[in-house]
Amino acid sequence: MEAPRWLSPTLTAGALLVALVISGVILAVVGADPIRVYVHILNSSLGSVGSISDTLVKSTPLILTGLACALAFRMRLWNIGAEGQLLLGAWAASAVVLVPLVPVGTPGVIVLTVMLVAGFLGGAAWGLIPGVLRAKFGVNEIIATLMLNSIAFAWIQYWVFGPWTEGGFQMTRQFPVEAWLPRLSDLADAFPWARGLTVHGGFLIALVAAVVVWLIVERSAWGYEIRLIGDNPRAAKYAGIRIARNILLVFAVSGGLAGIAGMAEVAGVVHRLQDNFSPGYGYTAIIVAYLAKFHPLRVVPVAILFGALILAGREIQPSGVPAMIQGIILFCLIASEVFLRFRVGIVRRLPATTPARAGGE
Amino acid sequence: MDLQLIMAAGIAVGTILLFAAVGEILAERSGVLNLGVEGMMLIGAVVGYATAVSTGNAWLGVVSAMLAGGLLSLLHAIITITFRADQVVSGLALTFLGTGLAAVLGEGLSKAGAISLLPRFSIPVLSEVPVLGRIAFTEQSILVYVGYLLVPATWYWINRTRPGLHLRAVGEEPAAADALGVSVYATRYRYVFVGGMLSGLAGATITLAVQPGWFGALTVNGRGWIAIGLVIFAQWSPFRAAAGAYLFGAVVQLTLAMQLPPTILGLANPFYEYHPNTFFLEMLPYTLVLVALVLGSREAMRKRIGAPAALGIPYVRGERGR
Repeated sequence: MEAPRWLSPTLTAGALLVALVISGVILAVVGADPIRVYVHILNSSLGSVGSISDTLVKSTPLILTGLACALAFRMRLWNIGAEGQLLLGAWAASAVVLVPLVPVGTPGVIVLTVMLVAGFLGGAAWGLIPGVLRAKFGVNEIIATLMLNSIAFAWIQYWVFGPWTEGGFQMTRQFPVEAWLPRLSDLADAFPWARGLTVHGGFLIALVAAVVVWLIVERSAWGYEIRLIGDNPRAAKYAGIRIARNILLVFAVSGGLAGIAGMAEVAGVVHRLQDNFSPGYGYTAIIVAYLAKFHPLRVVPVAILFGALILAGREIQPSGVPAMIQGIILFCLIASEVFLRFRVGIVRRLPATTPARAGGE
Repeated sequence: MDLQLIMAAGIAVGTILLFAAVGEILAERSGVLNLGVEGMMLIGAVVGYATAVSTGNAWLGVVSAMLAGGLLSLLHAIITITFRADQVVSGLALTFLGTGLAAVLGEGLSKAGAISLLPRFSIPVLSEVPVLGRIAFTEQSILVYVGYLLVPATWYWINRTRPGLHLRAVGEEPAAADALGVSVYATRYRYVFVGGMLSGLAGATITLAVQPGWFGALTVNGRGWIAIGLVIFAQWSPFRAAAGAYLFGAVVQLTLAMQLPPTILGLANPFYEYHPNTFFLEMLPYTLVLVALVLGSREAMRKRIGAPAALGIPYVRGERGR
């Protein structure tokens, strides 16, 4: 017997609401006006066409890193390293322009395609390191990916302060326009309403990626293996599924998705490599994936929600408010799932002979 | 470069990791993985510092930091022990919450100015011992000495006392422990709380003793995660954790010291000549953790020792154990 279909989405919505109430109480205690904070978040993220466009810009890397996490988490592979993989993807994509790996004057379509591939490969390579450590040596992937995040950040700093620096500032020179992802505002001559809209081609790439990951996870034989390993690793092993190989593959694709997020940021937003262009997209992605229940298509709306929070959060004081709200949301979500589980738990007691464990642990 | 001074500073910095790692060892030995160490350390750091700023008493800061870390860990305990939710996700949530909450609480605290820190002193006879005396017993913070005592005490508690036996039983065979009348839930709550208090103490060690001041999330700067890595490397042994913590602290201090002199051993110092090279020094400690994890995991596989058997598995009373 299963919990009714309406229960899970209702609980998620309820958890979000409770999280906002708790955050509001904390805000009130530290002396901020919670209503004004929430109104500000809504206004500056959804108040106009321009701000909706800005929200989509912020949600683009969140969709891609959220997909990276959702794919890995579906196999119960805790890739907390989307941030580092995003940075390495951005670095590899930048290398295409700055080394340069393509001749100067190459048409934009080719430059951007090469950057996209480089971004994927950069992230995938960085994701393969914890994959190999886990598959070959049994090293805990949470710690490994976190260490690699810190190493990736130092790596970026070396390049933007060192070989690629623009006059000693922590940034490279600006990319040539061939390496810019097209923006909606580029169409302003034909469509006046598009003037000033910053949403760029990376958003489309992210939507396509969401569909592709959905096809992989839910509709392919490989996806079946991933889901089986995630739900029941012992059964997967007895079924002859090669777990080590899947760990490597999932880590590579997961890292590659995060790498594309990095490519989209440097080619679509900052148009150069900087040391601080990500406000922790790879960490917020963990919550995005969890809130989407690891479902690739649900990652998109959740990422847009969190994109709004990040966009508005830049101006909110105290500066820790968005991170705090994110943590409270995650806690409320976990707590809300208890209701689902305890329902199932009560039912399970009735037939005393079934050894199945509830809750998918 | 004065190597002995670098080692002495390494021990002080290592003490931060030591407290957090010993706390995590206790929680994990009871079967609860708490990945919220980073968040609890940040809360301990900010609460301890804020208390010391407002009361002028660093000891009150230490006490409140430990209480704050313990309280935050209780959230994890309720979610994972009573509600039996996933320990990985709950721990991550704890880190998010702690990081954000610490930033909110620490607003404006970075401009607090000088505060009175915990006392530093030398141990009379021991500081006279050649080399070791100067490294370990000269002008160290009182918390460093607390760390020296905590390690053998924790080892003795886990391995030689009755409550320690119960702790190990709960972490390895909760159903058997339950059958013998040991409360699995109460034991796990207790050690998660103690682990949280020690994480809070680790945070206070930063802000009130070793590296005073509040610098937002950079105050802890990922050291909570390094402490968790250390626990795996140490194979849940307090002595190995202490060795790892001090070694790690020494390496960090060495990488800082290596940036200063124009020449090292008569050779031109690449980190002095070209400043961006120092970012490779910054990578070194994290790389060291990775290497340590590989070595530790291989050794654990070979000797067939490892995590407490029930680590990460919620206990359900009346269900047959696995």
